[in-house]
Amino acid sequence: MELIQHILRGVHNHQEMFYIVILMIFLGIEVIGRVPSVLHTPLMSGANAIHGVVIIGAIIVMGEAQSDNYIALILGFLAVILGTLNVVGGFVVTDRMLEMFKKKK
Amino acid sequence: MEHILTICYLIGSITFILGLKMLSNPATARKGNLIAAAGMTIAIFGTIFLYRDEAGNLLHNYAWIFGGLLIGGIVGTLAAKKVKMTAMPEMVSLFNGMGGACAALISFVEFGHIAKHVQEGLPVNTGSLLTIFLGLIIGSVSFAGSMIAWGKLNGKVKDFSFTGQHIFNLALFAVILGLAGFLLFNITVANIYLFYVISFLALLYGVFFVLPIGGADMPVVISLLNSFTGVAAACGGFLYGNKVMLTGGILVGAAGTLLTILMCKAMNRSIQNVLIGSFGAKSTGAAAGASPQGNYKEISLSDAATVMAYANKVMIVPGYGLAVAQAQHTCHELEKYLEEKGVEVKYAIHPVAGRMPGHMNVLLAEADVSYDKLLEMEEANDEFKTTDVVLILGANDVVNPAAKNDPASPIYGMPILEVEQAKTVIVNKRSMKPGYAGIENDLFFQPKTSMLFGDAKAALQKLLAEIKTI
Repeated sequence: MELIQHILRGVHNHQEMFYIVILMIFLGIEVIGRVPSVLHTPLMSGANAIHGVVIIGAIIVMGEAQSDNYIALILGFLAVILGTLNVVGGFVVTDRMLEMFKKKK
Repeated sequence: MEHILTICYLIGSITFILGLKMLSNPATARKGNLIAAAGMTIAIFGTIFLYRDEAGNLLHNYAWIFGGLLIGGIVGTLAAKKVKMTAMPEMVSLFNGMGGACAALISFVEFGHIAKHVQEGLPVNTGSLLTIFLGLIIGSVSFAGSMIAWGKLNGKVKDFSFTGQHIFNLALFAVILGLAGFLLFNITVANIYLFYVISFLALLYGVFFVLPIGGADMPVVISLLNSFTGVAAACGGFLYGNKVMLTGGILVGAAGTLLTILMCKAMNRSIQNVLIGSFGAKSTGAAAGASPQGNYKEISLSDAATVMAYANKVMIVPGYGLAVAQAQHTCHELEKYLEEKGVEVKYAIHPVAGRMPGHMNVLLAEADVSYDKLLEMEEANDEFKTTDVVLILGANDVVNPAAKNDPASPIYGMPILEVEQAKTVIVNKRSMKPGYAGIENDLFFQPKTSMLFGDAKAALQKLLAEIKTI
């Protein structure tokens, strides 16, 4: 019982987050629902770049790390590098794929 | 100043949605990608300069942050610019793995803070701990899985499975969830180490999750891991109450899952089936057991050239072999030349030809082949009846009639391009070796079919030269 109450309270306290999650699930499905197969690979690659938004978490971790906490500094630094790779590499690769579509309509 | 950061995140979220929407349409796709990239840049720099923690302090360690951004940015750009068209799927898998690792590392650092609380006897926020665990587990699985998928696509990692592997996988998964669930409510100084056990097991699960899955499933796996990383990013959003991470992550999680389902449907398989990974295990067994060896016939270049030059309609079926040989430009030249001679030339594109859905479309678009020449599977299957010559360039599993006729075949039920309805079939392959799924192909032994061995590019060049002499 206590556990259920705990969960319910958690949902209540973060209800806007749960609203966002539910709306985004439907939106994500709706938005790409009509994609032609031509664009499957670039779409996957573009989505791959967008989840690179995890870099923001890495920046927060890095920026909040105490300057004597070397483990946090090193792990955070690594996280920033990996996150940037995901974002920058992802968008550039997608752009390169889409470059090839430019002339035709 | 916090208001401005909120606006930054709002802009970021909107650009992600718009970007994904525009990416679904050929006319706007490139712009959509750039818009999402611009939104991401705004969100990143907004965070660096405007983010305040609960106590109202700005971030510090700017040198580290910008150092990381610079290194990641340069390496990422170079890698993405240098990569060959054939290796693009691997690259996507690699970048996806980086995102997963990033999410897992965030959980590591944040757990460090929780561990400190535990040691000092302070209460622990179960909600935070839950999101940390989820981010760690999903991120690690995504990272390890993507690395294996990357290795498989470039041929460094071979398929590997043992009997009962899916039971082992399920058990491993249950142990991970059990440990995480236990630790969630009973964390003490004595069992903090279990966190590291969980992360190791999650990495292990990622490896065993992808290892047994064969080639035909790789696109599905990458798409699935892509949506995993999205969910891992969203966990970070929950942890920091950060809405742009939440929107971006869940959006990709949902869209990636739908894309995965669409791909599974194209192969007539269920997600559970792919997840458990029984396909790879079954296919190796079946391939060893039932391999119909018959007689195949070769066709000479001049014969092939004659048949094609005097045909009314030629249908080209591209596959991974075309991508490996980088033969798309030569292929387009051949198509143009045949069209000048009055032959109708079209391309039949199977949704999972190559190593990723849409792989062939991207390749042919690079060579300037026009859209209306690319037929999707249903259209193509209607047109094979009136086709004189089908030229198969390095495609195998997507034209294997076993998918229709042989219930014992591991690819049974997958829709295929029904090329045997055409009058003649010419197959260009490097050798008689089976395709990526490791299954023999009856098509090659049928009387209608003749083989043209050799690298796709070289064969097409010779074929083109031969046709020009007619």
